[in-house]
Amino acid sequence: MNPAAILLSAFVISFVALVIFIWSQRIGLFDRSSTGAEVIFAPGEIGRIEEPAGTASSQQALQGAVDAAGTGTAAHGDPHEIAERAAADASTGPLIFFFYCCSIVWLLVASAAGLTASIKLHDPDWLTSQQWLTFGIIRTLHLNSVAYGWTPMAGLGTVLFVIPRVLKTPLIGMRFAFLGAILWNAGLIAGLGAIAAGFNAGLMWLEMPWQVSILMAVGGALIGLPLVLTLVNRRVEHLYVSVWYMGAALFWFPVLFITAKIPGLYTGVQAGTMNWWFGHNVLGLFYTPLALASIYYFLPKIIGRPIRSYNLSLLGFWALAFFYGQVGGHHLIGGPVPEWMITLSIVQSMMMIIPVAAFSVNMFQTLEGQLSTFRYSPTLRFIGVGGLMYAASSLQGSIEALRSVNLITHFTHFTVAHAHLGLYGFVTFVFFGAMYFVMPRITAREWPYPRLISAHFWLVSGGFALYFIGLTIGGWLQGEAMLDGTRPFMDSVAVTIPYLQARSIGGAIMGLGHLIFAAHFIAMVLNFGPTRNQPALFSHLLAKKVAP
Amino acid sequence: MKSETTLIGGAMVMIALSISALVIVPAMELHDIAPTPGLKPYTSAELRGRQVYISNGCVYCHTQQPRTKEFAPADFKRGWGRATVAGDYAYDSPPLLGDMRTGPDLMNIGVRQPSEQWNLGHLYEPRAYVPGSIMPAFPFLFEAKAQADKDEVVVTLPPGYTPANKVVVARPEALDLVKYLLSLNRSFPAIETPPAASAPATPAPVPAK
Repeated sequence: MNPAAILLSAFVISFVALVIFIWSQRIGLFDRSSTGAEVIFAPGEIGRIEEPAGTASSQQALQGAVDAAGTGTAAHGDPHEIAERAAADASTGPLIFFFYCCSIVWLLVASAAGLTASIKLHDPDWLTSQQWLTFGIIRTLHLNSVAYGWTPMAGLGTVLFVIPRVLKTPLIGMRFAFLGAILWNAGLIAGLGAIAAGFNAGLMWLEMPWQVSILMAVGGALIGLPLVLTLVNRRVEHLYVSVWYMGAALFWFPVLFITAKIPGLYTGVQAGTMNWWFGHNVLGLFYTPLALASIYYFLPKIIGRPIRSYNLSLLGFWALAFFYGQVGGHHLIGGPVPEWMITLSIVQSMMMIIPVAAFSVNMFQTLEGQLSTFRYSPTLRFIGVGGLMYAASSLQGSIEALRSVNLITHFTHFTVAHAHLGLYGFVTFVFFGAMYFVMPRITAREWPYPRLISAHFWLVSGGFALYFIGLTIGGWLQGEAMLDGTRPFMDSVAVTIPYLQARSIGGAIMGLGHLIFAAHFIAMVLNFGPTRNQPALFSHLLAKKVAP
Repeated sequence: MKSETTLIGGAMVMIALSISALVIVPAMELHDIAPTPGLKPYTSAELRGRQVYISNGCVYCHTQQPRTKEFAPADFKRGWGRATVAGDYAYDSPPLLGDMRTGPDLMNIGVRQPSEQWNLGHLYEPRAYVPGSIMPAFPFLFEAKAQADKDEVVVTLPPGYTPANKVVVARPEALDLVKYLLSLNRSFPAIETPPAASAPATPAPVPAK
C-alpha cells in the first residue's frame, strides 16, 4: 500500500469519526440516564438491594450503605413482578444446578492438572513414567478442562439464570438444554481422554479430535436453543445490555468452533492464522461477553442502582464486537504470515481500549459513592475484582500487542500470566460471584457458612496475586535473557525457576480456595450447617411485603 | 436496543468481518505458495514422529519459527537459522509454529544436533546432557531391559544414567520422533517472496517511539 492511500484513508476515517462524534453529542447519546438500564428492576425497586449470598446483618449493612448514597427511595418493588422473578428463577433451577455441578467438577480437575503442570516446570523429573502425565499433555488437559469445562459450564449456567429474569419469561424448552449439557460433557470427557491417550489435533485450543467436537457442537446448539425460544417469546419489549452480550456470544461460539474444526480445510501456515483467529476469539467473543453480561446484570442489581450510561454500554458492546474479532494475529508477530494481517491485529488490539474504557467508566460511575458496598456483599466483591481485572488484562493485552513490547514478552511466561489475568482474574472471578448469587435463588437455601465465602475470596485473590506477579516478573526476565544473543539460552531458563516455584505456590493456594468453594457448595446442597432465618430468600421478601 | 434481529444480524456481520480478515483473505494469499526449493516432503517415519511430537505436546515449549535478524537478532545468533517463510511449512499440516520458548526453537534442530544418539539420550534424560534443563524426561518412549534384541537401537547414555545391569533401548516412537527432529532443517535459502505475501521478506517495521 502506498503512503498516499494510507494518508487518504486516515483522513476519511477521522472525518467519519468526527461526524459520528458530533452526531452523538447532538442526540445526547452519552447522557447519564436512560430508561433501558431500569428494565432489570421492578417498578419502585430501584434503591433496594438484592444480595442472596449475604447474611441478614450484611444485607442490612449493604442496604444502609446504598441508602446513605441516596440511590433511590424504594421500599420493596412491585410484589407481582417480584413473584414473577421468583417464578423465572424456579423455572430454571434444576438445569442451572446441573450446569454448576459440572462446572465445579471441571474446576477441580483443571486445578489439579494445572498445579501438576506447574510443578513439573521446576521439577521436571517428577511423575515421568506415565505418558499422560508428561508436561505437554497434562498442561493441555488443564487448558481444555478450563476452556470447555469450567468456564462454559459456569458461564452458560449463569446465562440460563439471567435470561429468563431480564426477559421476564420462564425458560422455554429446558429439556433441550439438559440434553445439550449431557452431550457437551460427554464430548469433553471423550476429548480429554483422547488428548491423554495421545490423540491430539495439533492446534492450540483445538486439540480435541474433530470427531469428538461434533458432540460438543450439537450439545452447544441444544444449550442455545432454549435461549432463542425464550428470546422470541419474551414479554419485555426492551433487550437489556446483558441480553446483547449473551445472545451474541451464543451465536458467535458455534460459528467460531465449527469454522475452526472443519477437518481438512486448512493447510500449512494458513492453519496457523486460523488457529489464532480462533484462539483469541474464543476468549473475546465467548468468555468475555458472558462474563461482561453477568457484571452488567449483577452489579446494578445488587446495589439497586441502574447502570449510569446505558448508551455507553451500547458503544462498548459494538466496539467489542468489531475490534475483538480481529486481534488474533498479534499472536504471530514476527512469524511467517502476512505482515498486513499482523499489523491489522495490532491496530485492533489498541482499539480495544475503547470498549474497555466504555465499560470501566460506566461501572465506575455506577459504583460512585458506593464503594463501601464491597464490604458487605460477597457477590459484589468477586464481581468487582473481576471487572477491575477485565480492564487490567485488556489494557495489558493492548500494550503487549505492540511490536516493541511483544518482542520481549512473546514466547515467555509473561503471556501465560496475562492469559490467566483474563481467564482467571476476570472471567473466573465473575462467575464465582455469579454462582454465590444464583445458588440461594435456585435452591431456596442460604450459603451455610458465610466465613467460607470470605476464605474462598482471600485464598484465590492472594494465591492469584502471587501467581500473576511472580510469573509476570519471571516472564519479563526470561524475555530479556532470550533477546540478548550474547547470553546462553539456558540463562533464560535458569532465571525463571524461582518465579515458577512462586507460581506453583500461588496455584496451590488458589486450588485450596477452589476446594473450600466446592466443599461449601456440597454443604449447601446437602443442607449441612446452621439454618438461618433465610432472610436472603424471596419467600421472606414476599411475606414482608404482604404484611403491611 | 429493541430488536433481536438487529442484534444477531449485527453480531454475525462482525464475525463475518473477523473471519474475512483473519481466515479467508490470508488463506487466499497463502494457499498457492509453493514449497521452498530444497524442502523435502516428510517420509512416513518422519510423519509418525511428527505425530509423537504433537501427542506429547512438544509444541507447548518449543517454537518452529525463527524471526528475522532485523526484528529479533538473537534468534539468528543462537544458530536457530534464518527466518522462515510460508513455503517452509508447505508439508506441515498443521504447522507447529508454537507460542512458547520454554525451550529453544527447533526449526533447525536437525542441523544443530544431527546425532541420533544424542537426541535419543536427550529425550531419555535431558539433564544428562544439558545441566539445568527443565525439559521433561520421556522414559516411556524407551525400555530398560537386560539385553537388547539384535534389531533394537541401544541408547548410549553418559556414565551414571543407565539403570544398573540393563541397557536402554529406544521404542519405535522414540526412533520416529528423532527421525522427525533430524528432518527439521531449513538451512537452504528461502526464495524472495513478494513482500506482501510473507513477513520475513520485509523487515518488520519497528513502531515509532
